[in-house]
Amino acid sequence: MPDHRTFRRVVAVMAVSATVVAACSSSKKSSSTAAGSSGGGCSATIGFFGAITGSEGALGTNENDGIKLAISQFESANPSCKVNLTTLDSQGDPAQAPALAQKAATDTSLIALIGPAFSGESKVADPIFEQAGLPNMTVSATNPSLGTNGWKFWHRAVGTDNSQGPAAAKYLASTLGAKKVAVLDDGSEYGKGIADIVRSTLKTDGVTVTDSESVDPNATDFSSTVNNIKTTPPDAVFFGGYYQAGGVLAKQLSDAGVKATFMGPDGVEDPGFVKAAGAAAEGAILLAPGTPADKLPGSFTSAYQALNGQAPGLYSVEGYDAANAILAGIKAGDTTRTSMQTYLATVDYKGLAVEVKFNPTTHELASAVTIWASTVTNGQIVSKAPISV
Amino acid sequence: MHFDNLYHQFFSLSFDGLNIGAIYALIALGYTLVYGVLRLINFAHSEIFMIGTFTALFATRWMDIPANAVPHHGIAIVFILVGAGLVAMAASGAAAVALERIAYRPLRRRGASRLAALISAIGASLFLQELFAKWKGRDPIPFPRIMKKEHLATVLRADIRSDKVIIITTAVLMMILLDRFVGLTRLGRGIRAVAQDAETAALMGVDIDRVITTTFLIGGLMAGVAGILYMVYYENTVYNIGFVPGIKAFTAAVLGGIGNLRGALLGGLLLGLLENYGGALFGAQWKDVTAFVLLVVVLMFRPTGLLGESLGRARV
Repeated sequence: MPDHRTFRRVVAVMAVSATVVAACSSSKKSSSTAAGSSGGGCSATIGFFGAITGSEGALGTNENDGIKLAISQFESANPSCKVNLTTLDSQGDPAQAPALAQKAATDTSLIALIGPAFSGESKVADPIFEQAGLPNMTVSATNPSLGTNGWKFWHRAVGTDNSQGPAAAKYLASTLGAKKVAVLDDGSEYGKGIADIVRSTLKTDGVTVTDSESVDPNATDFSSTVNNIKTTPPDAVFFGGYYQAGGVLAKQLSDAGVKATFMGPDGVEDPGFVKAAGAAAEGAILLAPGTPADKLPGSFTSAYQALNGQAPGLYSVEGYDAANAILAGIKAGDTTRTSMQTYLATVDYKGLAVEVKFNPTTHELASAVTIWASTVTNGQIVSKAPISV
Repeated sequence: MHFDNLYHQFFSLSFDGLNIGAIYALIALGYTLVYGVLRLINFAHSEIFMIGTFTALFATRWMDIPANAVPHHGIAIVFILVGAGLVAMAASGAAAVALERIAYRPLRRRGASRLAALISAIGASLFLQELFAKWKGRDPIPFPRIMKKEHLATVLRADIRSDKVIIITTAVLMMILLDRFVGLTRLGRGIRAVAQDAETAALMGVDIDRVITTTFLIGGLMAGVAGILYMVYYENTVYNIGFVPGIKAFTAAVLGGIGNLRGALLGGLLLGLLENYGGALFGAQWKDVTAFVLLVVVLMFRPTGLLGESLGRARV
């Protein structure tokens, strides 16, 4: 009976390979290098928490690459200092966040964390950082409710949807002159949050919301939503969510002959949107708080390009600024969690796009952030103008 | 409740529902055939579909069609679709047969319980997903637009579009072909015999292993067709693309009566329609809820699905 042995071998091979693959996928790119934190008074390990892979992976990658640039410039300016970066890839999935947050919290070499990148994962990860006393600073989680939890170690170096939502509504009503708008979202903490603000602001501005739905971002067929929108053809469609689902939705709307202008918030402002939507992306309006990528100083763009092999995208510069603010603290000798926390309370660092300075009670940015509108022209995201609310 | 949406867009919703439902039905055939013959839910079938979408994409690259290609015309569309479709079918079919050889046959030889095979199915599914994630990355890859999505006619306010017409007709044609194959050919008779009573079939001289291989092959071929059609419609693929359509197709198979070929067709089309009506009536967030509530209701009154579990007794 040769069968038995072959069988055992096959099962063994399968089991091993399955374990290996599963292990590879679960451990992701958490290349934690705890070593090196011993040298000098200005060496430390900082972390980044956010989606590097997955259907929203580009946003986290932008931030992470911005942080990498800040660290490499810091190290060449201060050769005696060694700063390590631990990247925690959450895939943007709130279900994966708690375990990963636990990992960051128990990694005592980590003195500060940039992230979590998204609002949904922030909601579950931040209580864990709070307990562990790990100072963290998000540069892209824009849901306003995050600021209402009284978290001490949480900081937000980005404007919230309370400024982005009304700016979107204002743009729709004034600049586009839309009378009827369909407002969709992906049901996420972030997407539904911003869409709800847009809905209520539009209503007070006297604009009719013709359709209001939460689509499943993992679904690929939005035909019922497309049909609902076609029932009362709107002037514009706003989608609160991320770029992949937004791109697919824009494509299916345009294929169905819907002529409305497509608009998305910062989660949609990524080349991935153009990739998913194809020609349907043309003319779409994308909003984001902070300086658009094409308005950044050329020296930053070229250094970023040289280090990471691709142009900076949304939140690259915010990640860079946040990292520089933290690095300035490390330079000053704040290399423990407690001293970093004290440092962040009074930090005032003028970055390229953000002035990293927090309101002492809310831990939100002290100064208001401008919302920029961009549009897609010939497959490129081009900035148009800042929106004044 | 948006009755006006449902009322105004009823035929449009129906047409779109049939479009996605036809794809569900094609995938559902794979679940139903394997269940009919082996009494096994082949959870890795959604990955066979995923392999179909990827090979269709590779086929377009071999044909030198760039990602941002200008849509083709006339005979070129047929050539590309049939070419990519055949490649996808071949790859999915081969993958399904290999899956049976590696993940199920050894277990069956040793008389392992069905639960063991089920675990093996889940393991194979994870393995294939992660394999493609490692190989091609976790980001969605765009599929070139092969044909213009042309508006052909407006029938009862429904916008009849060329790509959807192709999807529905191809899917229905494939299913009729398959139905004839199982009903009329010698191999088809073998499949029905094994589904009815494997031991007696073996005593009557049916080569069970061959029948099982054929069953997986057919399921894989259908998943390959579903793969290319899905790409024509959705134009994106990613390592876990099989998940949602896989779950929906499995549901469709259960709805129609798992193990029943015509049940898979009925279940798929019905699920596609119900989803769309539910989405229009209650909003997209209730799309899946509507479909699954109806599934539960159907199973309460007809536990074996609408047409019953009867691959073996399928009449010709």
